[in-house]
Amino acid sequence: MNEAIPLNWRKYPERYRLEGTHCENCGEDFYPKRKICPNCRRKGKLKDKKMAREGEIISYSKVKASHKDFQDETPYHVALIKLDNDVKIFSQVIDSEDEDVEIGARVKKVFRKVNDKDGGVIAYSHKFKVKK
Amino acid sequence: MREVVIIGAGQTKFGERWEKNLKDLMAEAGTKAVMDAEITGEEIDALYTGCMASGRLIGQEHIGALVADQVGLNPIPSTRIEAACASGGTALKTAYLSIKSGEYDTVVAGGGEKMVDVLTGKVNYALGGAGDQETEVFNGATFAALYALMARKHMDKYGTTEEQLGKVAVKNHENGAKNPLAQYQREITLESVMNSTEISSPLKLFDCSPITDGAASVVLTTKEKAEEMDKEYVEIIGSAQASDTLSLANRKSITSVKATRKASQKAYKKAGIKPEDVDFAEVHDCFTIAEILAMEDLGFYEKGEAGKAVEKGETRLNGKLPINPSGGLKSKGHPVGATGIAQAVENYKQLTGKAGERQLKNPEIGLSHNVGGSGATAVVHIFRKMK
Repeated sequence: MNEAIPLNWRKYPERYRLEGTHCENCGEDFYPKRKICPNCRRKGKLKDKKMAREGEIISYSKVKASHKDFQDETPYHVALIKLDNDVKIFSQVIDSEDEDVEIGARVKKVFRKVNDKDGGVIAYSHKFKVKK
Repeated sequence: MREVVIIGAGQTKFGERWEKNLKDLMAEAGTKAVMDAEITGEEIDALYTGCMASGRLIGQEHIGALVADQVGLNPIPSTRIEAACASGGTALKTAYLSIKSGEYDTVVAGGGEKMVDVLTGKVNYALGGAGDQETEVFNGATFAALYALMARKHMDKYGTTEEQLGKVAVKNHENGAKNPLAQYQREITLESVMNSTEISSPLKLFDCSPITDGAASVVLTTKEKAEEMDKEYVEIIGSAQASDTLSLANRKSITSVKATRKASQKAYKKAGIKPEDVDFAEVHDCFTIAEILAMEDLGFYEKGEAGKAVEKGETRLNGKLPINPSGGLKSKGHPVGATGIAQAVENYKQLTGKAGERQLKNPEIGLSHNVGGSGATAVVHIFRKMK
Protein backbone atom coordinates (compact mmCIF):
# COMPACT_ATOMS: atom_id res chain seq x y z
CA MET A 1 0.00 0.00 0.00
CA ASN A 2 3.01 2.25 0.52
CA GLU A 3 1.12 3.56 3.51
CA ALA A 4 2.94 5.25 6.31
CA ILE A 5 2.02 4.34 9.88
CA PRO A 6 0.39 7.76 10.52
CA LEU A 7 -2.03 7.20 7.63
CA ASN A 8 -3.27 3.98 9.18
CA TRP A 9 -3.51 5.67 12.55
CA ARG A 10 -5.56 8.57 11.15
CA LYS A 11 -7.99 6.14 9.57
CA TYR A 12 -8.78 4.20 12.78
CA PRO A 13 -12.20 5.81 13.34
CA GLU A 14 -13.32 5.09 9.77
CA ARG A 15 -11.75 1.69 9.39
CA TYR A 16 -12.15 0.27 12.90
CA ARG A 17 -15.49 1.79 13.91
CA LEU A 18 -17.04 2.52 10.49
CA GLU A 19 -17.36 6.14 11.51
CA GLY A 20 -18.57 8.62 8.90
CA THR A 21 -20.29 11.97 9.13
CA HIS A 22 -23.88 13.17 9.30
CA CYS A 23 -25.00 16.58 8.07
CA GLU A 24 -27.44 18.14 10.50
CA ASN A 25 -28.55 20.59 7.81
CA CYS A 26 -29.61 18.20 5.01
CA GLY A 27 -29.78 14.98 7.03
CA GLU A 28 -27.54 12.96 4.73
CA ASP A 29 -24.90 10.53 6.01
CA PHE A 30 -21.45 10.20 4.41
CA TYR A 31 -18.77 7.52 4.39
CA PRO A 32 -15.87 8.08 4.47
CA LYS A 33 -15.88 11.27 6.56
CA ARG A 34 -16.14 14.60 4.84
CA LYS A 35 -15.09 18.02 6.05
CA ILE A 36 -17.60 19.82 3.82
CA CYS A 37 -21.13 18.64 3.07
CA PRO A 38 -21.32 18.39 -0.75
CA ASN A 39 -25.02 19.26 -0.66
CA CYS A 40 -24.96 22.24 1.70
CA ARG A 41 -21.32 23.34 1.52
CA ARG A 42 -20.81 26.20 4.02
CA LYS A 43 -24.34 25.85 5.43
CA GLY A 44 -23.67 22.21 6.27
CA LYS A 45 -23.18 21.04 9.84
CA LEU A 46 -21.19 17.84 9.93
CA LYS A 47 -20.98 15.60 12.98
CA ASP A 48 -19.24 12.26 13.36
CA LYS A 49 -21.60 9.31 13.19
CA LYS A 50 -21.22 5.55 13.24
CA MET A 51 -22.61 3.94 10.13
CA ALA A 52 -25.08 1.04 10.21
CA ARG A 53 -23.42 -2.36 10.67
CA GLU A 54 -25.67 -4.13 8.21
CA GLY A 55 -26.95 -3.57 4.72
CA GLU A 56 -27.64 -5.20 1.39
CA ILE A 57 -25.62 -5.94 -1.73
CA ILE A 58 -26.36 -3.54 -4.60
CA SER A 59 -23.85 -5.13 -6.99
CA TYR A 60 -20.93 -7.55 -6.72
CA SER A 61 -18.03 -9.04 -8.61
CA LYS A 62 -15.61 -11.91 -8.13
CA VAL A 63 -12.14 -10.46 -8.70
CA LYS A 64 -9.80 -12.91 -10.41
CA ALA A 65 -7.06 -10.49 -11.49
CA SER A 66 -6.14 -8.17 -8.65
CA HIS A 67 -3.62 -5.47 -7.92
CA LYS A 68 -0.27 -6.11 -6.28
CA ASP A 69 -1.43 -6.01 -2.63
CA PHE A 70 -4.10 -8.69 -3.09
CA GLN A 71 -2.31 -11.29 -5.21
CA ASP A 72 -2.13 -13.83 -2.33
CA GLU A 73 -5.88 -13.89 -1.73
CA THR A 74 -7.22 -13.75 -5.29
CA PRO A 75 -9.94 -14.65 -6.21
CA TYR A 76 -12.21 -12.76 -3.81
CA HIS A 77 -15.57 -11.06 -3.84
CA VAL A 78 -16.11 -7.31 -3.75
CA ALA A 79 -19.45 -5.57 -3.51
CA LEU A 80 -21.15 -2.25 -3.38
CA ILE A 81 -23.25 -2.39 -0.24
CA LYS A 82 -26.09 -0.10 0.77
CA LEU A 83 -25.94 0.21 4.55
CA ASP A 84 -29.19 0.51 6.49
CA ASN A 85 -28.55 4.23 7.07
CA ASP A 86 -28.68 4.68 3.26
CA VAL A 87 -24.95 5.09 2.68
CA LYS A 88 -23.16 3.02 0.04
CA ILE A 89 -19.81 1.44 0.80
CA PHE A 90 -17.29 -0.57 -1.25
CA SER A 91 -16.02 -3.65 0.51
CA GLN A 92 -14.72 -7.16 0.18
CA VAL A 93 -17.30 -9.86 0.95
CA ILE A 94 -15.70 -12.78 2.76
CA ASP A 95 -16.57 -16.03 4.53
CA SER A 96 -19.53 -16.46 2.17
CA GLU A 97 -20.39 -19.07 -0.46
CA ASP A 98 -20.29 -17.97 -4.10
CA GLU A 99 -24.01 -18.60 -4.60
CA ASP A 100 -24.91 -16.50 -1.55
CA VAL A 101 -23.16 -13.39 -2.85
CA GLU A 102 -25.95 -11.87 -4.93
CA ILE A 103 -27.83 -8.63 -5.45
CA GLY A 104 -30.19 -8.07 -2.53
CA ALA A 105 -28.29 -10.37 -0.11
CA ARG A 106 -28.18 -9.08 3.47
CA VAL A 107 -24.65 -8.57 4.78
CA LYS A 108 -23.07 -7.62 8.10
CA LYS A 109 -19.81 -5.94 8.97
CA VAL A 110 -16.89 -7.91 10.35
CA PHE A 111 -13.44 -6.70 11.40
CA ARG A 112 -10.46 -8.13 9.54
CA LYS A 113 -6.84 -7.66 8.56
CA VAL A 114 -6.77 -6.08 5.10
CA ASN A 115 -3.08 -6.23 4.32
CA ASP A 116 0.42 -6.35 5.69
CA LYS A 117 2.26 -5.61 2.46
CA ASP A 118 3.79 -2.35 3.59
CA GLY A 119 6.96 -3.34 5.36
CA GLY A 120 5.10 -5.26 8.04
CA VAL A 121 2.57 -2.56 8.93
CA ILE A 122 -0.69 -4.42 9.42
CA ALA A 123 -3.77 -2.54 8.27
CA TYR A 124 -7.16 -3.60 9.63
CA SER A 125 -10.54 -2.54 8.41
CA HIS A 126 -14.09 -3.62 7.77
CA LYS A 127 -15.15 -6.42 5.48
CA PHE A 128 -18.65 -7.82 5.12
CA LYS A 129 -20.14 -11.30 5.16
CA VAL A 130 -23.48 -12.60 3.94
CA LYS A 131 -25.99 -13.12 6.77
CA LYS A 132 -27.45 -16.60 6.79
CA MET B 1 -14.90 34.81 -30.00
CA ARG B 2 -12.11 33.18 -31.99
CA GLU B 3 -12.72 29.71 -33.33
CA VAL B 4 -10.30 26.86 -32.63
CA VAL B 5 -9.40 24.28 -35.26
CA ILE B 6 -7.18 21.22 -35.63
CA ILE B 7 -4.74 21.43 -38.56
CA GLY B 8 -2.60 18.37 -37.96
CA ALA B 9 -2.66 15.04 -36.12
CA GLY B 10 -0.19 12.28 -35.35
CA GLN B 11 -0.23 9.00 -33.52
CA THR B 12 2.37 6.34 -32.89
CA LYS B 13 1.58 2.69 -33.40
CA PHE B 14 -0.16 1.57 -30.20
CA GLY B 15 0.93 -1.68 -28.61
CA GLU B 16 3.76 -3.33 -26.75
CA ARG B 17 6.52 -0.96 -27.83
CA TRP B 18 9.47 -2.67 -26.12
CA GLU B 19 11.98 -0.79 -28.25
CA LYS B 20 10.69 2.69 -27.34
CA ASN B 21 10.56 4.70 -24.14
CA LEU B 22 8.02 7.40 -23.24
CA LYS B 23 10.23 10.20 -24.62
CA ASP B 24 10.56 8.45 -28.00
CA LEU B 25 6.83 7.85 -28.28
CA MET B 26 5.86 11.42 -27.38
CA ALA B 27 8.46 12.91 -29.72
CA GLU B 28 7.30 10.66 -32.57
CA ALA B 29 3.61 11.57 -32.21
CA GLY B 30 4.37 15.28 -31.81
CA THR B 31 6.64 15.36 -34.85
CA LYS B 32 4.04 13.56 -36.98
CA ALA B 33 1.36 16.08 -35.95
CA VAL B 34 3.54 19.11 -36.62
CA MET B 35 4.63 17.74 -40.03
CA ASP B 36 0.98 17.07 -40.87
CA ALA B 37 0.11 20.66 -39.85
CA GLU B 38 2.94 22.00 -42.01
CA ILE B 39 4.10 24.47 -39.36
CA THR B 40 7.53 25.15 -37.88
CA GLY B 41 8.59 24.96 -34.25
CA GLU B 42 8.82 28.77 -34.08
CA GLU B 43 5.07 29.00 -34.63
CA ILE B 44 4.20 26.91 -31.56
CA ASP B 45 3.29 28.96 -28.49
CA ALA B 46 2.78 26.22 -25.90
CA LEU B 47 2.52 22.48 -25.25
CA TYR B 48 0.00 20.55 -23.15
CA THR B 49 0.53 16.86 -22.49
CA GLY B 50 -1.88 14.37 -20.96
CA CYS B 51 -0.16 11.70 -18.89
CA MET B 52 -1.68 9.77 -16.02
CA ALA B 53 0.77 7.63 -14.14
CA SER B 54 4.33 8.00 -15.43
CA GLY B 55 5.52 8.39 -11.83
CA ARG B 56 4.14 5.08 -10.69
CA LEU B 57 4.78 3.27 -13.97
CA ILE B 58 8.28 4.40 -14.97
CA GLY B 59 9.38 6.65 -12.10
CA GLN B 60 9.35 9.79 -14.25
CA GLU B 61 7.45 12.99 -13.38
CA HIS B 62 7.82 16.49 -14.80
CA ILE B 63 6.51 15.36 -18.17
CA GLY B 64 5.78 18.92 -19.33
CA ALA B 65 9.42 19.99 -19.37
CA LEU B 66 10.49 16.57 -20.61
CA VAL B 67 8.35 16.90 -23.74
CA ALA B 68 9.56 20.43 -24.60
CA ASP B 69 13.14 19.22 -24.11
CA GLN B 70 12.74 16.14 -26.30
CA VAL B 71 11.24 18.00 -29.24
CA GLY B 72 13.68 20.90 -29.00
CA LEU B 73 11.07 23.52 -28.18
CA ASN B 74 12.62 25.09 -25.09
CA PRO B 75 11.83 27.66 -23.74
CA ILE B 76 8.10 27.63 -24.61
CA PRO B 77 5.74 26.78 -21.73
CA SER B 78 5.00 23.05 -21.52
CA THR B 79 2.54 21.63 -19.02
CA ARG B 80 1.43 18.16 -18.02
CA ILE B 81 -2.27 17.63 -17.42
CA GLU B 82 -3.44 14.75 -15.25
CA ALA B 83 -7.05 13.60 -14.95
CA ALA B 84 -6.50 9.81 -14.82
CA CYS B 85 -7.63 8.16 -18.07
CA ALA B 86 -9.16 11.50 -19.12
CA SER B 87 -5.75 13.20 -19.05
CA GLY B 88 -5.61 13.41 -22.86
CA GLY B 89 -9.09 14.88 -23.24
CA THR B 90 -8.36 17.36 -20.47
CA ALA B 91 -5.07 18.37 -22.15
CA LEU B 92 -7.03 18.98 -25.36
CA LYS B 93 -9.56 21.08 -23.50
CA THR B 94 -6.81 23.09 -21.80
CA ALA B 95 -5.07 23.71 -25.14
CA TYR B 96 -8.41 24.74 -26.65
CA LEU B 97 -9.01 27.22 -23.82
CA SER B 98 -5.52 28.70 -24.15
CA ILE B 99 -6.29 29.66 -27.77
CA LYS B 100 -9.90 30.61 -27.08
CA SER B 101 -8.68 33.02 -24.39
CA GLY B 102 -6.53 34.86 -26.92
CA GLU B 103 -3.30 34.12 -25.06
CA TYR B 104 -1.90 31.71 -27.64
CA ASP B 105 -2.44 31.19 -31.37
CA THR B 106 -0.92 27.79 -32.06
CA VAL B 107 -0.61 25.03 -29.49
CA VAL B 108 0.19 21.30 -29.53
CA ALA B 109 -1.96 19.02 -27.35
CA GLY B 110 -0.48 15.59 -26.85
CA GLY B 111 -0.72 12.60 -24.59
CA GLY B 112 1.23 9.45 -23.91
CA GLU B 113 1.80 6.55 -21.56
CA LYS B 114 4.43 3.85 -21.22
CA MET B 115 2.74 0.90 -19.51
CA VAL B 116 4.13 -2.47 -20.57
CA ASP B 117 7.46 -2.20 -18.75
CA VAL B 118 5.91 -3.18 -15.40
CA LEU B 119 4.01 -6.28 -14.25
CA THR B 120 0.21 -6.35 -14.56
CA GLY B 121 -0.37 -6.26 -10.79
CA LYS B 122 1.61 -3.03 -10.61
CA VAL B 123 -0.24 -1.53 -13.59
CA ASN B 124 -3.56 -2.41 -11.93
CA TYR B 125 -2.36 -0.72 -8.76
CA ALA B 126 -1.21 2.41 -10.62
CA LEU B 127 -4.49 2.66 -12.54
CA GLY B 128 -6.36 2.11 -9.28
CA GLY B 129 -5.19 5.58 -8.31
CA ALA B 130 -7.88 6.90 -10.66
CA GLY B 131 -10.38 5.79 -8.04
CA ASP B 132 -10.38 6.45 -4.32
CA GLN B 133 -7.15 5.13 -2.81
CA GLU B 134 -8.36 4.96 0.79
CA THR B 135 -11.72 3.25 0.26
CA GLU B 136 -11.45 1.45 -3.09
CA VAL B 137 -7.85 0.44 -3.85
CA PHE B 138 -7.16 -0.25 -0.14
CA ASN B 139 -10.11 -2.66 -0.06
CA GLY B 140 -9.09 -4.62 -3.14
CA ALA B 141 -10.73 -2.69 -5.98
CA THR B 142 -9.28 -2.84 -9.46
CA PHE B 143 -10.70 -0.85 -12.35
CA ALA B 144 -12.15 -4.00 -13.85
CA ALA B 145 -13.89 -4.64 -10.51
CA LEU B 146 -15.47 -1.17 -10.42
CA TYR B 147 -16.75 -1.46 -13.99
CA ALA B 148 -17.87 -5.01 -13.21
CA LEU B 149 -20.07 -3.60 -10.44
CA MET B 150 -21.60 -1.17 -12.95
CA ALA B 151 -22.03 -3.95 -15.51
CA ARG B 152 -23.72 -6.32 -13.05
CA LYS B 153 -26.18 -3.64 -11.97
CA HIS B 154 -26.90 -2.57 -15.57
CA MET B 155 -27.61 -6.21 -16.45
CA ASP B 156 -29.85 -6.58 -13.42
CA LYS B 157 -31.77 -3.34 -14.03
CA TYR B 158 -32.06 -3.28 -17.84
CA GLY B 159 -31.52 -6.86 -18.92
CA THR B 160 -28.25 -6.09 -20.72
CA THR B 161 -26.54 -9.41 -21.47
CA GLU B 162 -22.95 -10.65 -21.44
CA GLU B 163 -23.38 -11.42 -25.17
CA GLN B 164 -24.31 -7.79 -25.85
CA LEU B 165 -21.18 -6.68 -23.99
CA GLY B 166 -19.20 -9.21 -26.00
CA LYS B 167 -20.56 -7.79 -29.25
CA VAL B 168 -19.09 -4.39 -28.37
CA ALA B 169 -15.65 -6.05 -28.32
CA VAL B 170 -16.31 -7.94 -31.57
CA LYS B 171 -17.41 -4.71 -33.30
CA ASN B 172 -14.41 -2.73 -32.04
CA HIS B 173 -11.99 -5.41 -33.22
CA GLU B 174 -13.73 -5.40 -36.59
CA ASN B 175 -12.85 -1.68 -36.83
CA GLY B 176 -9.40 -2.01 -35.29
CA ALA B 177 -8.52 -4.62 -37.91
CA LYS B 178 -8.74 -1.75 -40.41
CA ASN B 179 -6.51 0.59 -38.36
CA PRO B 180 -2.78 0.14 -39.05
CA LEU B 181 -1.92 1.95 -35.79
CA ALA B 182 -4.11 -0.29 -33.60
CA GLN B 183 -2.62 -2.63 -31.02
CA TYR B 184 -4.76 -5.55 -32.21
CA GLN B 185 -5.35 -5.49 -35.94
CA ARG B 186 -7.48 -8.60 -36.02
CA GLU B 187 -11.10 -9.58 -35.77
CA ILE B 188 -12.39 -11.73 -32.93
CA THR B 189 -15.50 -13.88 -32.60
CA LEU B 190 -18.21 -13.70 -29.95
CA GLU B 191 -17.23 -17.23 -28.89
CA SER B 192 -13.68 -16.12 -28.15
CA VAL B 193 -14.99 -13.23 -26.01
CA MET B 194 -17.41 -15.49 -24.14
CA ASN B 195 -14.73 -18.14 -23.59
CA SER B 196 -12.02 -15.71 -22.50
CA THR B 197 -10.82 -15.96 -18.93
CA GLU B 198 -12.80 -14.12 -16.26
CA ILE B 199 -11.08 -10.99 -14.92
CA SER B 200 -13.72 -9.65 -12.57
CA SER B 201 -17.11 -11.26 -13.07
CA PRO B 202 -19.13 -10.61 -15.21
CA LEU B 203 -16.24 -9.01 -17.15
CA LYS B 204 -13.93 -11.30 -19.07
CA LEU B 205 -10.51 -10.63 -20.56
CA PHE B 206 -11.99 -9.62 -23.93
CA ASP B 207 -14.32 -7.11 -22.23
CA CYS B 208 -11.23 -5.19 -21.07
CA SER B 209 -9.07 -2.73 -22.96
CA PRO B 210 -5.43 -3.81 -23.00
CA ILE B 211 -2.27 -2.42 -21.40
CA THR B 212 -0.65 -0.28 -24.09
CA ASP B 213 2.29 1.96 -24.92
CA GLY B 214 1.67 4.87 -27.22
CA ALA B 215 1.33 8.59 -27.80
CA ALA B 216 -0.81 10.93 -29.88
CA SER B 217 -0.74 14.64 -30.75
CA VAL B 218 -2.86 17.28 -32.44
CA VAL B 219 -1.96 20.81 -33.55
CA LEU B 220 -4.52 23.46 -32.67
CA THR B 221 -4.71 26.96 -34.05
CA THR B 222 -7.25 29.65 -34.87
CA LYS B 223 -9.61 29.28 -37.81
CA GLU B 224 -8.22 32.60 -39.06
CA LYS B 225 -4.65 31.28 -39.19
CA ALA B 226 -5.72 28.01 -40.85
CA GLU B 227 -7.53 30.00 -43.53
CA GLU B 228 -4.49 32.24 -44.05
CA MET B 229 -2.38 29.09 -44.45
CA ASP B 230 -5.00 27.71 -46.84
CA LYS B 231 -4.90 24.56 -44.73
CA GLU B 232 -7.65 21.97 -44.39
CA TYR B 233 -8.96 21.92 -40.83
CA VAL B 234 -11.49 20.39 -38.44
CA GLU B 235 -13.23 22.83 -36.14
CA ILE B 236 -13.79 22.17 -32.43
CA ILE B 237 -17.36 23.41 -31.98
CA GLY B 238 -17.91 22.13 -28.44
CA SER B 239 -15.57 21.37 -25.55
CA ALA B 240 -16.90 20.54 -22.10
CA GLN B 241 -15.84 18.75 -18.95
CA ALA B 242 -17.65 17.60 -15.81
CA SER B 243 -16.65 16.08 -12.48
CA ASP B 244 -18.28 13.61 -10.12
CA THR B 245 -17.34 11.80 -6.90
CA LEU B 246 -14.05 9.93 -7.08
CA SER B 247 -15.50 6.77 -5.57
CA LEU B 248 -18.28 4.75 -7.13
CA ALA B 249 -19.95 4.21 -3.75
CA ASN B 250 -20.65 7.92 -3.34
CA ARG B 251 -22.77 8.15 -6.52
CA LYS B 252 -26.55 8.05 -6.56
CA SER B 253 -26.57 5.79 -9.62
CA ILE B 254 -24.00 3.30 -10.88
CA THR B 255 -25.86 2.48 -14.10
CA SER B 256 -25.33 5.96 -15.54
CA VAL B 257 -22.22 8.15 -15.61
CA LYS B 258 -23.44 11.56 -14.52
CA ALA B 259 -20.25 13.38 -15.56
CA THR B 260 -20.75 12.09 -19.12
CA ARG B 261 -24.36 13.31 -19.14
CA LYS B 262 -23.38 16.75 -17.82
CA ALA B 263 -20.34 17.23 -20.07
CA SER B 264 -22.16 16.11 -23.21
CA GLN B 265 -25.22 18.28 -22.55
CA LYS B 266 -22.92 21.27 -22.16
CA ALA B 267 -20.94 20.40 -25.29
CA TYR B 268 -24.11 19.95 -27.40
CA LYS B 269 -25.38 23.31 -26.18
CA LYS B 270 -22.13 25.08 -27.02
CA ALA B 271 -22.02 23.44 -30.44
CA GLY B 272 -25.67 24.23 -31.07
CA ILE B 273 -26.44 20.64 -32.02
CA LYS B 274 -28.43 17.68 -30.71
CA PRO B 275 -27.16 14.12 -30.12
CA GLU B 276 -28.96 13.00 -33.31
CA ASP B 277 -26.80 15.41 -35.37
CA VAL B 278 -23.64 13.44 -34.50
CA ASP B 279 -22.47 11.24 -37.40
CA PHE B 280 -20.00 9.10 -35.43
CA ALA B 281 -18.38 9.02 -32.00
CA GLU B 282 -15.15 7.89 -30.41
CA VAL B 283 -16.22 6.85 -26.90
CA HIS B 284 -14.29 5.68 -23.85
CA ASP B 285 -14.69 1.87 -23.99
CA CYS B 286 -12.11 0.99 -21.33
CA PHE B 287 -14.47 -1.93 -20.68
CA THR B 288 -17.31 -3.07 -22.97
CA ILE B 289 -19.89 -1.91 -20.41
CA ALA B 290 -18.36 1.59 -20.59
CA GLU B 291 -19.31 1.84 -24.28
CA ILE B 292 -22.89 0.79 -23.45
CA LEU B 293 -23.05 3.43 -20.67
CA ALA B 294 -21.56 6.07 -23.01
CA MET B 295 -24.08 5.34 -25.79
CA GLU B 296 -26.87 6.02 -23.30
CA ASP B 297 -25.35 8.88 -21.32
CA LEU B 298 -24.28 10.78 -24.45
CA GLY B 299 -27.97 10.84 -25.41
CA PHE B 300 -27.73 8.51 -28.41
CA TYR B 301 -29.96 5.86 -26.83
CA GLU B 302 -32.50 5.63 -24.02
CA LYS B 303 -31.31 3.94 -20.82
CA GLY B 304 -31.31 0.19 -21.30
CA GLU B 305 -31.47 0.37 -25.11
CA ALA B 306 -27.76 0.48 -25.97
CA GLY B 307 -27.16 -3.27 -25.60
CA LYS B 308 -29.95 -4.02 -28.08
CA ALA B 309 -28.58 -1.44 -30.54
CA VAL B 310 -25.16 -3.12 -30.43
CA GLU B 311 -26.84 -6.47 -31.05
CA LYS B 312 -28.58 -5.04 -34.14
CA GLY B 313 -25.25 -3.75 -35.47
CA GLU B 314 -26.36 -0.11 -35.40
CA THR B 315 -22.94 1.07 -34.20
CA ARG B 316 -20.83 -0.82 -36.77
CA LEU B 317 -18.97 1.09 -39.49
CA ASN B 318 -21.92 0.71 -41.85
CA GLY B 319 -24.54 1.19 -39.13
CA LYS B 320 -26.63 4.29 -38.51
CA LEU B 321 -24.31 5.60 -35.77
CA PRO B 322 -20.77 4.22 -36.08
CA ILE B 323 -19.08 4.12 -32.67
CA ASN B 324 -15.33 3.79 -32.25
CA PRO B 325 -14.41 3.54 -35.94
CA SER B 326 -10.75 3.56 -34.82
CA GLY B 327 -11.24 0.29 -32.94
CA GLY B 328 -11.77 2.08 -29.64
CA LEU B 329 -9.73 1.49 -26.52
CA LYS B 330 -10.48 -2.23 -26.83
CA SER B 331 -8.76 -2.89 -30.15
CA LYS B 332 -6.75 0.25 -30.86
CA GLY B 333 -5.29 0.10 -27.34
CA HIS B 334 -5.45 2.33 -24.24
CA PRO B 335 -2.20 4.10 -23.35
CA VAL B 336 -4.19 6.04 -20.75
CA GLY B 337 -2.71 9.54 -21.12
CA ALA B 338 -2.82 9.31 -24.94
CA THR B 339 -6.38 8.07 -25.29
CA GLY B 340 -8.25 11.40 -25.25
CA ILE B 341 -5.90 12.80 -27.88
CA ALA B 342 -6.06 9.64 -30.01
CA GLN B 343 -9.84 10.09 -30.09
CA ALA B 344 -9.31 13.60 -31.48
CA VAL B 345 -6.84 12.19 -34.02
CA GLU B 346 -9.52 9.78 -35.27
CA ASN B 347 -12.08 12.59 -35.47
CA TYR B 348 -9.62 14.66 -37.49
CA LYS B 349 -8.88 11.75 -39.84
CA GLN B 350 -12.54 10.86 -40.38
CA LEU B 351 -13.59 14.48 -40.96
CA THR B 352 -10.75 15.13 -43.43
CA GLY B 353 -11.24 11.85 -45.31
CA LYS B 354 -7.89 10.43 -44.20
CA ALA B 355 -9.14 7.36 -42.31
CA GLY B 356 -8.19 4.84 -44.99
CA GLU B 357 -9.97 1.50 -45.02
CA ARG B 358 -12.25 2.46 -42.13
CA GLN B 359 -13.25 5.84 -43.64
CA LEU B 360 -16.92 6.68 -43.03
CA LYS B 361 -19.01 8.08 -45.85
CA ASN B 362 -18.65 11.85 -45.70
CA PRO B 363 -19.27 12.51 -42.00
CA GLU B 364 -19.91 16.15 -40.98
CA ILE B 365 -19.92 16.02 -37.18
CA GLY B 366 -17.90 13.78 -34.87
CA LEU B 367 -17.68 13.47 -31.08
CA SER B 368 -15.05 12.30 -28.62
CA HIS B 369 -15.78 11.14 -25.09
CA ASN B 370 -12.96 10.57 -22.62
CA VAL B 371 -13.54 9.31 -19.06
CA GLY B 372 -11.30 9.38 -16.00
CA GLY B 373 -11.61 6.66 -13.38
CA SER B 374 -15.04 5.11 -12.96
CA GLY B 375 -16.61 8.38 -14.12
CA ALA B 376 -15.17 11.10 -11.86
CA THR B 377 -14.08 13.10 -14.92
CA ALA B 378 -15.70 13.18 -18.34
CA VAL B 379 -14.54 15.33 -21.24
CA VAL B 380 -16.57 15.67 -24.43
CA HIS B 381 -15.44 17.37 -27.63
CA ILE B 382 -17.51 17.95 -30.76
CA PHE B 383 -15.78 18.37 -34.10
CA ARG B 384 -17.10 19.71 -37.41
CA LYS B 385 -15.74 19.21 -40.88
CA MET B 386 -14.44 22.36 -42.63
CA LYS B 387 -17.21 24.13 -44.52
